[in-house]
Amino acid sequence: MEKSLYGAWCRDLSTAPCGASLGDDKKEGNMKLNELTITAAHEGLKKKEFSSEELTWACLDRIAEVDEKIGAFLTVLDKEAIAQAKAVDKKIAAGVIPDSLEGIPVALKDNMLLKGAKCTASSRILENYVATYDATVVKKLKAAGAVILGKTNHDEFAMGSSGENSAYKVTKNPHDLNRVPGGSSAGSAAAVAVHETIYALGSDTGGSIRQPAALCGVVGLKPTYGSVSRYGLIAMSSGLDVIGPFTKTVEDARIVYDVIKGKDPMDATTIEGVRDQVLGISSDLKGVRVGVPKEYFVDGMDKETEARVREGITQLKKLGAEIVEISLPYSPYALAVYYILQPAEVSANLARYDGIRYGYSEKNAKNLQELYNKSRGNGFGPEPKRRIMIGTYVLSAGYADAYYKKAQAVRTLVKRDFDDAFTKVDCIATPTSPTPAWPIGEKMDDPLSMYLADIYTVSANIAGIPGISIPCGTAHGLPVGLQLLAPQFGEGMLFNVGRAYEQSVSV
Amino acid sequence: MALTKEEVLHIAKLARLELKEEEVEKFRTQLSEILEYVGQLSKVDTKGIEPISQITGLQNVVREDRVAPFEDREAMLKQFPKRKGDLLETLGVFE
Repeated sequence: MEKSLYGAWCRDLSTAPCGASLGDDKKEGNMKLNELTITAAHEGLKKKEFSSEELTWACLDRIAEVDEKIGAFLTVLDKEAIAQAKAVDKKIAAGVIPDSLEGIPVALKDNMLLKGAKCTASSRILENYVATYDATVVKKLKAAGAVILGKTNHDEFAMGSSGENSAYKVTKNPHDLNRVPGGSSAGSAAAVAVHETIYALGSDTGGSIRQPAALCGVVGLKPTYGSVSRYGLIAMSSGLDVIGPFTKTVEDARIVYDVIKGKDPMDATTIEGVRDQVLGISSDLKGVRVGVPKEYFVDGMDKETEARVREGITQLKKLGAEIVEISLPYSPYALAVYYILQPAEVSANLARYDGIRYGYSEKNAKNLQELYNKSRGNGFGPEPKRRIMIGTYVLSAGYADAYYKKAQAVRTLVKRDFDDAFTKVDCIATPTSPTPAWPIGEKMDDPLSMYLADIYTVSANIAGIPGISIPCGTAHGLPVGLQLLAPQFGEGMLFNVGRAYEQSVSV
Repeated sequence: MALTKEEVLHIAKLARLELKEEEVEKFRTQLSEILEYVGQLSKVDTKGIEPISQITGLQNVVREDRVAPFEDREAMLKQFPKRKGDLLETLGVFE
């Protein structure tokens, strides 16, 4: 049975306060099924070394064992998952060779519609909302034979960088239960990190996949905007939202991306990608030019984090890549662009929660105005309210030109920085997060300091380009992520460089 | 960019959000800080720069205007907070 390519960082997980059994009894050949990668699980199912039901039970048992401490899941669909697993086992028994994701458990962020299951967006305003249709990505996973374990916790309406904004619970970082897992896709990241699931889906609008991936020590991919359908993803910021996978290896991320991507008639912003620039599986990066933007290594950045990222870049050089110092001069403005455009879109997208057709509806409203004001006032948590109000302000008469239109123009400049850079380099390497995971509660009183956590991730959303975060060691005992960025539809480059790096550092 | 209490209440009204008394001051300071931060864009020279509204470059993506039945109408109707048969019941727009 192939050992997980998760490598050195699995060792760190074994000392996590929550996971006493995680590493202790992990001997060669004795790995628990839930600790497998997609690749290894697929091999095992193909060779009939174990069944999908056994694999699913391993995940469900793990959830039962640790989720009270971790808080990754909002809904666990054990009966449905076992039924799905059994169906796959029947096919395999009949001689059908399983597909790449068939029979393998996945967890979904609770902002993606899975028909018949509650979908709360981690908000009270959708506390009892039951999804009436499947998101396109869910349809694709079902068609691929995936086993859906349940829905994961996240910051309310995907707004946040720590997982603390959920109306239901705070997910804990598996590496240190007193620290945040990152956000907004907190539960999906933690669930993969602690092996409650083989892989998970999240959404990334300003870093909500890549940042928690970095903080939890897993791989997180934000695909090119428009490459994965948003139909059935609860809309937050329609021009920035992208669905993507959390996995244990880069190859696993490639497998999931392959299944979930594609033009969708139900989402008019999707494009069929140009052929991925897959250079062939190579452990050698000769000929690959990696750009390192000087604006991303600022004074005041955590020194150990910087050291790990620089070591990662040095590793790429050892593999044959040419390291090129580049400049992205409008980088310092990307976060401001984001916190104008995103709240603006949020204020429009969250207008539908009015207590009329579904969701929380204020019972004793005296009139329609009160129904709106109280349903929304009582149903939304503080972060959605903050962003709705910022968005309302920057779009309002007298301010729209100064803020919203200005942000759209600076967006052009940020994108242009990347377009120029990509004429000189094939991909860009940066830290994913300026610091490793911080203590729960530390940034809750200062929204702006929370927003600054996304400083390295937002520009990829602004520019519409893909980005991946890959574990690159630890700082102060906590996971650090190396972020790779590529041009639009350059996922192939991310997978090649990422895979080469990962394999060269894993044991 | 310091907001006044009146401005915060005005924004809340536009956004149809009822804020509790203690929330108003808290949001006033937080929103002011955030707007101060994002306001730094005013320093950027964007003369002659075309604003981007769609990052994919797609234009005019159309489909046939064909009506198709939703596969599970009852699931939708079940979500209505107030229902009268097949109709959604709500408070009147005009009093």
